[in-house]
Amino acid sequence: MKYAYYPGCSLTESAREFDVSTRLVMERLGCELVEIPDWTCCGASAAEPVSKLMNYALPARNLAIVEQEMADEGITEVLAPCSACYLNLLKVNREVIGDRRLHGRVNEVLAASGLHYRGEVRVRHLLDVLKNEVGAKIVEQTITDGLRGMKIAPYYGCQILRPYPVFDEPGRPVSMEPFIEAMGGEVHHWDMANRCCGASLMMGHPEVAIRSVADILSDAAGADAIVTVCPLCQMNLEAYQAKARKAGGRGVPVLYLTQLMGLAMGLSEQDVQLAANLTMTPAVRRGIAARAWAGPAPAEDEEPAGLNG
Amino acid sequence: MNGAVRETWSPAPEADQMVLKELRETVGACMQCGTCTASCPNWHAMDITPRAMWRMIQFGMLDEILASKTFWMCSACYMCTLRCPRGLKLTSAMAALKRLAGIEGSRGARRNLAFYAAFMDDVEVHGRVQETSMMQRYFLKARDPMLPLSYVPLGLRMLGKGKVHMPGRGRGGVLRPLFAKAREMEGLS
Repeated sequence: MKYAYYPGCSLTESAREFDVSTRLVMERLGCELVEIPDWTCCGASAAEPVSKLMNYALPARNLAIVEQEMADEGITEVLAPCSACYLNLLKVNREVIGDRRLHGRVNEVLAASGLHYRGEVRVRHLLDVLKNEVGAKIVEQTITDGLRGMKIAPYYGCQILRPYPVFDEPGRPVSMEPFIEAMGGEVHHWDMANRCCGASLMMGHPEVAIRSVADILSDAAGADAIVTVCPLCQMNLEAYQAKARKAGGRGVPVLYLTQLMGLAMGLSEQDVQLAANLTMTPAVRRGIAARAWAGPAPAEDEEPAGLNG
Repeated sequence: MNGAVRETWSPAPEADQMVLKELRETVGACMQCGTCTASCPNWHAMDITPRAMWRMIQFGMLDEILASKTFWMCSACYMCTLRCPRGLKLTSAMAALKRLAGIEGSRGARRNLAFYAAFMDDVEVHGRVQETSMMQRYFLKARDPMLPLSYVPLGLRMLGKGKVHMPGRGRGGVLRPLFAKAREMEGLS
């Protein structure tokens, strides 16, 4: 299956490890990702408080490019790994298409750069594609270094299932669980899996967002790691652990689901850029390695682990 | 109160009235069940509950609405929207309140909009967000000399992890025509 890949800004900046691991894992799973040519920002959650029209026009521009330039190659679906990108792209199909007045206005904006969007591109989240196109069975076949009972807390966050629950139950999401089990891990069942991490409130009102992060981290007690599929969740849960600890939270390593999958598939820590995660201190990496995938000695020319971190 | 009577209804200029009209349409069917308030992860930081806010919109209590910090505390997690038994787009209403406060220039609006505005400016200039230049814009807009200092420890940790990248040209001004057109259409230029 071929997808128009929309990495989004974060994955080209501070979340490059998510981009790298997503590309590697999806390739192993037989999905071809073709980056959308000249894609631009979707507006994240910053566009709507500034301009209602740009909130739709920014993501629509990227869908219009797919519709106009990639349909010839048989690509009609966009894959977005970032929650905010996914929701913004999806919103265009759900809220603009079918509303003739708004659709006209959005296309009027797009016409300023010679584009037009009819509404024929399907928007998929990475987790949606993993669950409904790939499936845990296929993932299981690619696992070489199982997680051996490593306890993983799946963290879904907000925008991949709210307000549009396309591929999972937003009240109690479970779509990551079969993958964690396929990798040989154990699911940490918790109440905070779909709690908001505070998102961009962390910038303007950190005291409010840190309370949410502390609640999430303390509910992860007992888990060896949290896995996310969102660069902002990752940043909020990782970067503020010291402050969250003062508010009752605890330190837990946070990884991208695709990083963990990559490791379980036998990719090296360097391949999935594990050292780039803020919570991956050398001690945490040694701990994880010793407990989870410290299997038989790796292939002879593997780089020694723990060089950077 | 010093004897000053605050008006509950302000005759506002056109752009406000547009947003207010849209807001009243959005939350007009609110039946005051309070599910939104009970679902909000940030309720503890709000001075007026979301439920009460929808009622105030129905009443057109513009001054009180704009003096509140409730809508600035919305992190757009969509839990209220998901659970609203009337199916109202409550998260969009919170964003519309932020826009309204921006147009009105309410107290705190500049500071509270600083991050969103910095983000959008960076998108307009580069086509994609470049985190280092976006943060610089945010610091300038927030006009708080202590703010950049509070980010020094995190900045250094990110630098050590190779997460800080020099701003480049990105996609250049590819989005400028779109921004210009939208401004013209929304009457904000």
